[in-house]
Amino acid sequence: MLPNAPNRLLTSVFISFTRTSRPLRVSTREPNFTEEYRNGVVNGRVAGAGAPAREDPLPEGLRRESMPRHVAVIMDGNRRWARARGLPAASGYEAGLRSLRGVVELCCRWGIRVLTVFAFSSDNWVRPKPNVGVSLTLLIDGCCFVLVGLSKLEVDFLMSLFARALRNEGIIPMFDLGALQAILLLNGNIAYNHDFHASNRRDIRVSLIGDSTKLPKALQKLIESVEETTKNNSRLHLVVAVSYSGQYDIVQACQSIALKVKDALIGPEDINEFLIEKELQTNCAQLSHPDLLIRTSGELRLSNFFLWQLAYTELFFAESHWPDFGEPDFIEALRSFRQRQRWYGGQDP
Amino acid sequence: MDKGSSSHETQRFGSFGSFLRRCIISILSTAPIPNHIAFIMDGNRRYCKRKNLMEGAGHRVGFLALMAMLRYCYELGVKCVTVYAFSIDNFKRRPEEVQSLMELMQEKIEGLIKEESIVNHYGIRVYFIGNLKLLSKPVRLAAEKAMVATASNSRAVLSICIAYTSTDEIVHAVQESCQEKWDEIRELNASGAGYGLIELDGNRREEGEHYIGVTDIEKHMYMAVVPDPDIIIRASGETRLSNFLLWQSAYCLLYSPSVLWPEIGFQHLVWAVLEFQRNYFYLKEKKKA
Repeated sequence: MLPNAPNRLLTSVFISFTRTSRPLRVSTREPNFTEEYRNGVVNGRVAGAGAPAREDPLPEGLRRESMPRHVAVIMDGNRRWARARGLPAASGYEAGLRSLRGVVELCCRWGIRVLTVFAFSSDNWVRPKPNVGVSLTLLIDGCCFVLVGLSKLEVDFLMSLFARALRNEGIIPMFDLGALQAILLLNGNIAYNHDFHASNRRDIRVSLIGDSTKLPKALQKLIESVEETTKNNSRLHLVVAVSYSGQYDIVQACQSIALKVKDALIGPEDINEFLIEKELQTNCAQLSHPDLLIRTSGELRLSNFFLWQLAYTELFFAESHWPDFGEPDFIEALRSFRQRQRWYGGQDP
Repeated sequence: MDKGSSSHETQRFGSFGSFLRRCIISILSTAPIPNHIAFIMDGNRRYCKRKNLMEGAGHRVGFLALMAMLRYCYELGVKCVTVYAFSIDNFKRRPEEVQSLMELMQEKIEGLIKEESIVNHYGIRVYFIGNLKLLSKPVRLAAEKAMVATASNSRAVLSICIAYTSTDEIVHAVQESCQEKWDEIRELNASGAGYGLIELDGNRREEGEHYIGVTDIEKHMYMAVVPDPDIIIRASGETRLSNFLLWQSAYCLLYSPSVLWPEIGFQHLVWAVLEFQRNYFYLKEKKKA
C-alpha cells in the first residue's frame, strides 16, 4: 500500500475521475478552463452525460483543414507551478493531470487524431562517467545512456493516468490506487464492470513509448492491460512517452537494422530513411510525425524528446506552466499553427 | 563636396557603430559565451519580394548578412559557426532557381579562399557538410578545394551545410557504421581469428542488444568535426527545424526572431547570447557527460 498522505491524495484524485468530468475542487488555483467547462457543462451539454458529437464545431479562428492531425506536448512546469504557490510537488502533478485530461478532451472534440505527451524531462537519461559503477557490458558496447529511474511522484502520476484510461473503458469501477496495485501484483486480472454504460467510453487508444522496464511491476501490468484493452479504439490515439529519449530511439532503430544487415537480410547500401522510420518506437501510431509540438514553461529547447520525428514539425513555446495550460492557450497554439506557412524546403505555396 | 562629406559621415557612423559593438561584446564576455552557434538563413526570397528586387537578389543580400554575422560571431569569441546554406529538399525548387543558387554558391566559395577574405582574416577552417555527391561537379570541386586550402587554419571553424538534411546524415552514419562493422568481421574471418569472437558475440547478440552504439553513429555523422551547437537561430520567424541538426539539437537553445535573414543584425545575436547565458548553468547540468 502507498504511504498515507500521498495515498489519500491519489485516492481522492482517482475517485474524482470516476464521477463526471468536473475538475476536482481543491484549494489550489484551478487550471484556466472556460466557465462552462468548470461547471461541468461542455458545449451546452453536461460533461460526461454522453459521448460528445464526433466533430464538434471549432472555436473562432480555426479551420478544420488547417488543424494539425498529430500534436505533441512537453508537459513542463508541474513542479515550478507548485513551488510558486508554496505547494508540495504532488499538487503540481495532480494539477498537471487535470490539465492533461482537459487537453485530451479538446483533442477528441476537435478531431485531432494523435496526441503524444512527454511527461518528464529527460533528467532520467544520463550519460554515465567512466568511473561510475555502470554495467561494463554497456560501456564496452558503447551505449552511452543509462536510465536512472523515475521518482515516486512520477510513478503515481502514471498510475493515475493509466488507471483512468481503464476506468474509461469500463474495466474498473471506483476504487483506490492502493487496491488496484494489490490486484495487479496478486493475479494481474481486473474485473470488468458490467454496470458501466458504453456511452461513457471515450474511445481513446492509449500506448506507451520509451523504456518501461524500470517501472514498478504493478505499473507495468497496468500499462499492458490498458494497451491491450484500448488497442481497437479509434477516436484519439494518446501516446505517453515515459523515459523516452529521442537519441536512444534512433540508436535502437539502428541496432535493429544492424542485426538485419548482420543476418544478410539487407545490405548496408539498402539502409534508408524509410527503414529507420519503421524501427522507431513511434511506429505504433499511424501518424508518427507530429505536425505541432507545444512546450510549456517558456523553455526554448527540445530536451532530447522527439528528434527524428520533429524534422518538419512546427514548434510552439508557451509561457505558462503545464497546470495552467488550458483551452485558451491550446487555441492560441492552434491559431499560430494555422498561420504557419509550410513548404518543406520546396516552392513557396 | 556633398558626396565627400556624406561618405565622411558614413565612416564616422561606422566607426561609432564598431566602437559600440566592441563595448557590448566586452560586457557580454563577462559571462560564458556560446562555443557553437548555428544559423538557418531563412527569408531571402520573401525579402526579395518585399523589396521588389530581381529574382536571386535576395540571396546575394543574404550573403552580405551572413558575412556580417560571421564577423560579429568571431569578434564575440564564438569558436564554431554552422550555417544551413542548401537543403536536399531545396532541390525540389524550380530548376532555374536551383541553378542560380548553385552558381552563387560556387562564386562565393571561390571567394572564400582568396587572400583578403574573412576566412583568412580570422583563421577559419571551413567544412562543407552534407551529401556532396548530390552537387554538380564545379560546386563540389570548389568546396573540396576550399576545405583543403583552409585545413591548416585553427582559430575558428565554419561549417556550411550544403545538400544536407539531418535524416540523410543519420542514414549515412548508420550505413557507415554497419559497413565498418562488417568490414571488421570480414577481416577477422579472413585472418582466421574471427570465428571465436563471433561465436562469443553471437550469444550476446541473440538478445539484439548493443551491436552498434551511439558512439559508432556519432563518429560517422558529417557534423562529427564540431561539437553540438549551443544555439540554433532561425530567421524569418518560422519556428521549425526543417530537418537541420535534429540529432545535435537535443539540448540546445532555439531562437527564432521574426526578422528576415537579409535584415538580421548584431542586436539579434546579442539577444540570443543573453538568453543562452540566462540558461547556461541549467543547460550545463543537463549536458554533463
